[in-house]
Amino acid sequence: MDSSTESRRTAYWKKNQRLIGILLAVWASVSFGLAILWPMTFAVGQLPAGFWWAQQGSMFVFVLLIFIYAWRMDAIDREFNVHEDEG
Amino acid sequence: MAGFTPTELWTFGFVALTFGAYLYIGYRNRVADTRGFYVAGQGVPPVFNGMATAADWMSAASFISMAGLISFMGYDGAVYLMGWTGGYVLLALLLAPYLRKFGKYTVPDFVGDRYYSQTARLVAAFCAIFVSLTYVAGQMRGVGVVFSRFLGVSITWGVVIGMAVVAFFAVLGGMKGITWTQVAQYSILIVAFLIPSVAISAKLTGNPIPQLSFTFSDITAKLNQIQIDLGFTEYTQPFQSKSQLDIFCITLALMVGTAGLPHVIVRFYTVPNVRAARYSAGWALLFIAMLYTTAPALAAFARYNLIDTLHDTPIEEARALEWVSSWEDTGLLGLVDKNGDGRLQLTPDADTNEIHVDRDIIVLSTPEVADLAPWVIALVAAGGLAAALSTAAGLMLVISSSFAHDIYAKLIDPGASEEKRLVVGRVMIFAAVLVAGYFGIDPPGFVAEVVAFAFGLAAASFFPVILLGIFDKRMNRAGAIVGMVLGIGFTGFYIIGNRFFGMPPFFFGISAQGIGAVGMVVNLVSSLVVSRLTEPPPPEIQEMVESVRIPRGAGAASNH
Repeated sequence: MDSSTESRRTAYWKKNQRLIGILLAVWASVSFGLAILWPMTFAVGQLPAGFWWAQQGSMFVFVLLIFIYAWRMDAIDREFNVHEDEG
Repeated sequence: MAGFTPTELWTFGFVALTFGAYLYIGYRNRVADTRGFYVAGQGVPPVFNGMATAADWMSAASFISMAGLISFMGYDGAVYLMGWTGGYVLLALLLAPYLRKFGKYTVPDFVGDRYYSQTARLVAAFCAIFVSLTYVAGQMRGVGVVFSRFLGVSITWGVVIGMAVVAFFAVLGGMKGITWTQVAQYSILIVAFLIPSVAISAKLTGNPIPQLSFTFSDITAKLNQIQIDLGFTEYTQPFQSKSQLDIFCITLALMVGTAGLPHVIVRFYTVPNVRAARYSAGWALLFIAMLYTTAPALAAFARYNLIDTLHDTPIEEARALEWVSSWEDTGLLGLVDKNGDGRLQLTPDADTNEIHVDRDIIVLSTPEVADLAPWVIALVAAGGLAAALSTAAGLMLVISSSFAHDIYAKLIDPGASEEKRLVVGRVMIFAAVLVAGYFGIDPPGFVAEVVAFAFGLAAASFFPVILLGIFDKRMNRAGAIVGMVLGIGFTGFYIIGNRFFGMPPFFFGISAQGIGAVGMVVNLVSSLVVSRLTEPPPPEIQEMVESVRIPRGAGAASNH
């Protein structure tokens, strides 16, 4: 493996890790942050915000995070030409 | 057909129809090689793998008990909601795509290869078997309970019928048969869960979408007021049953444990490539969230409805309701007029409370409480069976593959032919069905205790070991083994001491359920320290880590 391939691999991995870091920060904020550590009482609809995040909102965000990751990685895989063949 | 109620006839019809469908699907998807048997030939499209994963994941407990648990825990019930969904984010971002690229058959395969150690493989195989066995016992029990409640069959015969069905499609079709029956089972269980939830939501609020009516109607506010009037705390008040720190740790332990459970991880070995593994995790969580975001709405609605119907009602009037008398007969609903005023009172004090409600009633009685047609009740029974059978099948595959692939084919008889391996796989899955059936008929008294252990163990062993195996190239055999031993040792000591020997929860009051989160940290820290003090892993292992990080080549690898 020549050094340019290796540096591209490193750059790809760094970019992946950065995306993971951002998404996991959101993951932790909505669940551990808004629902457990700092449950707030202002109303979302007719529910207290902390309760809403704990029993509804966090789960919607979890689903979104995974699809955002899959979709962003499609682009990053292509950018670094490590994507899989179609089919 | 004298002697049968319309509900029983409908239930019999639905159960016969769905079981027939499972047998047919199993027969159509029978396999002839180990790759089909263990990883469904790696040809499952992402959306369908998502459905199969959702059915695999959502057990009898999710379907029958979870909404009831939340109903009694209020805010704190969120530990299960977030804990059993949040793990999929970890799985999708940190584990699944790389394990798919690795492309073998089992979780112990990865642990054994990555840490170039047959000892590590063996430890992982035993952990996988232990975790899956504790889980499967509850599933077969669930099958028996549904049979006895809805069809008047004894629990034993219910379990035997369930075993026969699972054995048929699992032995013939392995992972492929299991996957496609799980797809059918997901469809049944989600419809069965949503119809009564939508009906009760429409009845109480006029809005049929539970997620919307839960957020925007005043039912929860009314429930809060009723709870205060009766001397309870508000339903939406956090940290009533457990401390904030404990809630934090339990949520984390369940999330990490979910991501580390072998029967969930192996589902991502069955898709065609890395990209499919990523999307598939998203589909899985979407399908799971359809039930998991409905459950808390159902929990609040059912609690409100139950109190509204029963509290301060004359006891004779309550017993005149058909569902009240039939559930009272099962012992899951208990009505006692302790103060002799002829009316029922719900109070927080066990000495004066006159209404005892088992949590399992909440989901199972909803159709009757909401006055739905008998066929809906029958559908719920079929849904409960689908949830229990699909999870049981997934677990049995892990038990079988751990014995037949990791222990037999890799350690005992590495030269065994393909045919021989497949036969051993089939025999082992049949044995797993028998063991699960035995636990279902004669459940050991400690099942509830060891489920905490299953999650704790997965959190303190598999999750950190796989995570570091992918993200830390420098992680070596010594680090992984020390980490696993200390992580499992600490978690096991704490849970066994606390649950069986009355040891106080000395670590900041964290309960046995939440200690896996601490065990994970113990594992991560100790393995990082030990790995830096010892030799780096051999170059070919480091090259393997590089290769699992790159998506390209996974499809080719699966076409060997």
